Amino acid sequence: MADLTSNFIGIKSPNPFWLASAPPTDKEYNVRRAFEAGWGGVVWKTLGSEGPPVVNVNGPRYGAIYGADRRLLGLNNIELITDRPLQTNLREIKSVKRDYPDRALIVSLMVPCDEDSWKAILPLVEETGADGIELNFGCPHGMAERGMGSAVGQVPEYIEMVTRWCKQYTRMPVIVKLTPNITDIRRPAEAAKRGGADAVSLINTINSITSVDLDDFAPEPTIDGKGTHGGYCGPAVKPIALNMVAEIARNPETAGLPISGIGGVTTWRDAAEFMALGAGNVQVCTAAMTYGFKVVQEMISGLSDYMDRKGFTSTSELVGRAVPNVTDWQYLNLNYVTKAEINQDDCIKCGRCFAACEDTSHQAIAVSDDRVYSVKDEECVACNLCVDVCPVDCITMRKLDKGEVDPRTGETIGDYANWTTHPNNPSAAAAE
Amino acid sequence: MSTSQLTEGIVPGRLDPESYCSNFADHAPPLSAQEARIAADRCYFCHDAPCMEACPTTIDVPLFIRQIATGTPEAAAKTIFAQNILGGMCARVCPTENLCEGSCVRMDAEGEPVEIGALQRFATDTLMAKQSHPFARAERSGKSVAVVGAGPAGLACAHRLAMKGHEVTIYDAHAKPGGLNEYGIASYKAPGGFAQAEVDWLMQIGGIKLVENWQLGREGDGDLAELLGDFDAVFLGMGLSGVNALRLEGEDKDGIRPATEFIAELRQASDLAELPIGRDVVVIGGGMTAVDAAVQSKLLGALNVSLVYRRSRAEMPASTVEQEHALTHGVTIIENAAPIAIHGNGAVREVEFAYTKKGPDGLELTDATFRLRADQVFKAIGQTLGDMPAQVEIAGGKIKVDGTGRTSVERVWAGGDCTHAGEDLTVTAVSQGRDAAEEIHQFLMEG
Repeated sequence: MADLTSNFIGIKSPNPFWLASAPPTDKEYNVRRAFEAGWGGVVWKTLGSEGPPVVNVNGPRYGAIYGADRRLLGLNNIELITDRPLQTNLREIKSVKRDYPDRALIVSLMVPCDEDSWKAILPLVEETGADGIELNFGCPHGMAERGMGSAVGQVPEYIEMVTRWCKQYTRMPVIVKLTPNITDIRRPAEAAKRGGADAVSLINTINSITSVDLDDFAPEPTIDGKGTHGGYCGPAVKPIALNMVAEIARNPETAGLPISGIGGVTTWRDAAEFMALGAGNVQVCTAAMTYGFKVVQEMISGLSDYMDRKGFTSTSELVGRAVPNVTDWQYLNLNYVTKAEINQDDCIKCGRCFAACEDTSHQAIAVSDDRVYSVKDEECVACNLCVDVCPVDCITMRKLDKGEVDPRTGETIGDYANWTTHPNNPSAAAAE
Repeated sequence: MSTSQLTEGIVPGRLDPESYCSNFADHAPPLSAQEARIAADRCYFCHDAPCMEACPTTIDVPLFIRQIATGTPEAAAKTIFAQNILGGMCARVCPTENLCEGSCVRMDAEGEPVEIGALQRFATDTLMAKQSHPFARAERSGKSVAVVGAGPAGLACAHRLAMKGHEVTIYDAHAKPGGLNEYGIASYKAPGGFAQAEVDWLMQIGGIKLVENWQLGREGDGDLAELLGDFDAVFLGMGLSGVNALRLEGEDKDGIRPATEFIAELRQASDLAELPIGRDVVVIGGGMTAVDAAVQSKLLGALNVSLVYRRSRAEMPASTVEQEHALTHGVTIIENAAPIAIHGNGAVREVEFAYTKKGPDGLELTDATFRLRADQVFKAIGQTLGDMPAQVEIAGGKIKVDGTGRTSVERVWAGGDCTHAGEDLTVTAVSQGRDAAEEIHQFLMEG
C-alpha cells in the first residue's frame, strides 16, 4: 500500500484527505467521529469573534440538485459560521488536538475586517495547539452582508491586508480560503501570496439558488415564503473548482504557492485529479454530508491503489503532474484528428448518439434499418458528444495517424500546428 | 369445512376462506411512487425507441416514462391513453416480456428491462383514480356507428369514434361489457373489478350507448342488414365465442368443459369458496387460456394440476414468463403429448395421452402412452368464430379484413380476435379497433 502521508505547508497528516470547514466540523463530537473514521485532517468550522455568537435560521438550511435515483449532485447552504460560543469551540479544539496529535487540525476564522479583531483572536487559537489557521474569505451568504467572508475575498487588497496581519500576529501557518464568486481567481491568490500566505484553499461555495418552489413561488430552501442565495457545493461544482485550482497552479505569479483543493471531491479519483492539477491535499464536505464519514475509506484505498499502479511512492509525485498540460486554447494541436468509433459488440442500440448527433451536432451517425449505428467519418468533427451521451460507454475516439487523410476535410494529417500560425488567424505569426 | 384438497371429485370449498383472498389478490402489486421514480430513472429515452415499435398500439414509452420521472404521471397517462384507451388493462395483461420490455435496450445492457408495464400501470392508475377523463369529444358529426362486441376492440373503436364526434351504440351478447377483460383473463391479473371500472371510465367520453344481452343474428335482436339500415357504419369486434373440440370419444363426459367457460365463471363468482374444482385437474392446451385455467385451478385448491401440450414448451403460445408463473404455482407442464382417449363411467376418470414426435407431415403420435388421473378436464386448444352473417367473407375461420380493417361488406369493418389479422392479444385488439375507427371516421367525413 502506497504511503499517503501528507505534508502540507509543514502540517503533517496520515493522508491528504481533510474535512473542510463546514457543518461536519462544528463540534468535538463530529470531529472525533471523523478522526475515528480515518480522516487525515479537519478544518474546524469557522470561528467568529468573542461575544454573542451568530444565530442561524430555524428553517431549512440546504437546497439540493439531484441526478438519477435521487443521487445528490449539488448542495447549497445558508448556514453561517459556528453559532456556538468561541470559548466552547476553543476548549473542544484543544481537547481533540491533544487526543489526535497525528492528525491535522486547522481552525477556520472569520472576524471583522480590522486589525484589532484579528490580533485578538489569533493568540486564543494558537493556545489550543491547532496546526494552523484558514482565513474564511469565501462564504458568500449571510456573513458577506456584514462585510466579512466573500465580501473580503472579492477585494484583493483586503485579502493582502488581513493575511499580513495574521502572519504578523501568529506563528501558525496561514491558509487563505478563496471565493469563486469573482471574475479572475488569480488576483485574490496573488494578493494572498503578497500578504505572506503559506497556502490558498479553494474553492469556497458558489452563489446559487438551487430551485424554486413552483407553488409558493419562492427560492429553495424557503424560509417563511422567502429565500436567499446560498453557497453551492458538491460534485456539480468540481469542474469549476478544478479550473480555478489549475489557473493558480500555472500562473507564474503564484506558481509554487501550495493549494488545498476543495470542490466536489467525492471519490479518490476526484482527489487525485485535484492533486494532479496542483493541489497538495484536498478538503471534502458534501461527500461526507451525503454518505457519512466512512467515505474516506474508499478515498484512502482508491488513491493508494492508484499510486501503487503508477509507481508513486509519495503523494508529492502526483501533485502538479498535470499542470504542464494545462494550456491555452490557442496552443492546442489542430492537426490532432480523431473519429468516433462505435463498438458494435457492446452497443445496446439505444440510439442516443444518433439523436444527439443528428439533432444537435454534425449528422455524422448513420442508422440502418436494423438499428445498427455507425459513424460517418466524412462528417465526424470528433466533438465527442456521442461518447458523452452513450449510456454504456461503447464509443471511443480513434486518433488518425500522421499521413492519414481526414475524410471530412480531405487533408493529410500533418505535424503539430496551432491557431497562432493558422492562415485563418488575422494575427498569425508569419510562416518562415 | 367438510372438504379439503384431498377430497375426490369436483367440490367447492377446498381451502380455508382466507386462502381464497390471498390466492386471488393482485399478482403484480402496483409500484409505489418511490418504486416508480427509481424504475423511471432507468429509462434511457432511446431514439426511435424499440419498445415503442414493439407495442402494437405504439405507445410513446420513453415520453411517458420521462413524464413519470419528472413528476407528472397524469401527463404520462394521457400519452398512454392517446394511443391505447385500454392502457390500464394492457398494463396488467400484456405479455410485456414479448413486447415492449422484451425489446428494451437494457436487455442487451444487463438483461433487466425497464419495468414498462408496471410504470404504465402506475401512470394510468394515477389518472383513473382521479376519475377524470383526459379527452373531450369533437363537434358532433351527426353520424352514427354500431359496434358489435364490447371487448377491447369494440371499446377502443367506440371510444375513438365518440371522440371524433360520432354517436356510437355498442351491442354485446353478455350481461356486462368488457369482453375477455371481464370474462376471459385470470382473476388475479385485474382484481378489484378493474375491467368494469375501466369501461365506466372510458364511457365518460360520452356519446356511447351500450346495449347488453344482444347477439348479432339472434332472433329478436338484429342482424347485419338491420344495423346497416340504422347506422352509417358497423364495426364487428365480437371475438371468438366457440371453442375447438378434442374430437375424442367421451368428450361429453361429466367434468370436461372449455377452459374459457371455467375462467368466465370464476371471474363472475361472488364467492370463490363456492366454486367447485376438481382434485385432479388436467388442462389441455398451451396458450394463455390454458395457463390461466391451470393456475387458477391450483389457486382454488386443486391438488394436482397438469397442463398438457402437444408440442414442446418452446413452441407454446404462452410466454416463458407465463409458463414460469404456472410452474411456480405448482402446475406440472407436460410437453409433446396429445390426448387420445377419455376414460370414465359417466364422469371423466382418466385421460390417456400419447407422446408426439415431429414427422414429415407434421406432428405424429408415438406408441408411448400414459394416463393422467382426472376428475376435471379443461379444454384450451383454441377458440372459434361464432355464427357469422352470410355476407361476411371468412378466411381461415376468421373474418377477412384488409389492412385497414375493412371486411368484404361495404360499410362494415372488423377487428380483434374475430379477424385473421395480428396476434390474439388485448393490445392488438385495441390497436385494430382504434385504427378501424380512424378509417371509419375518414369514410364518414368523406361521405
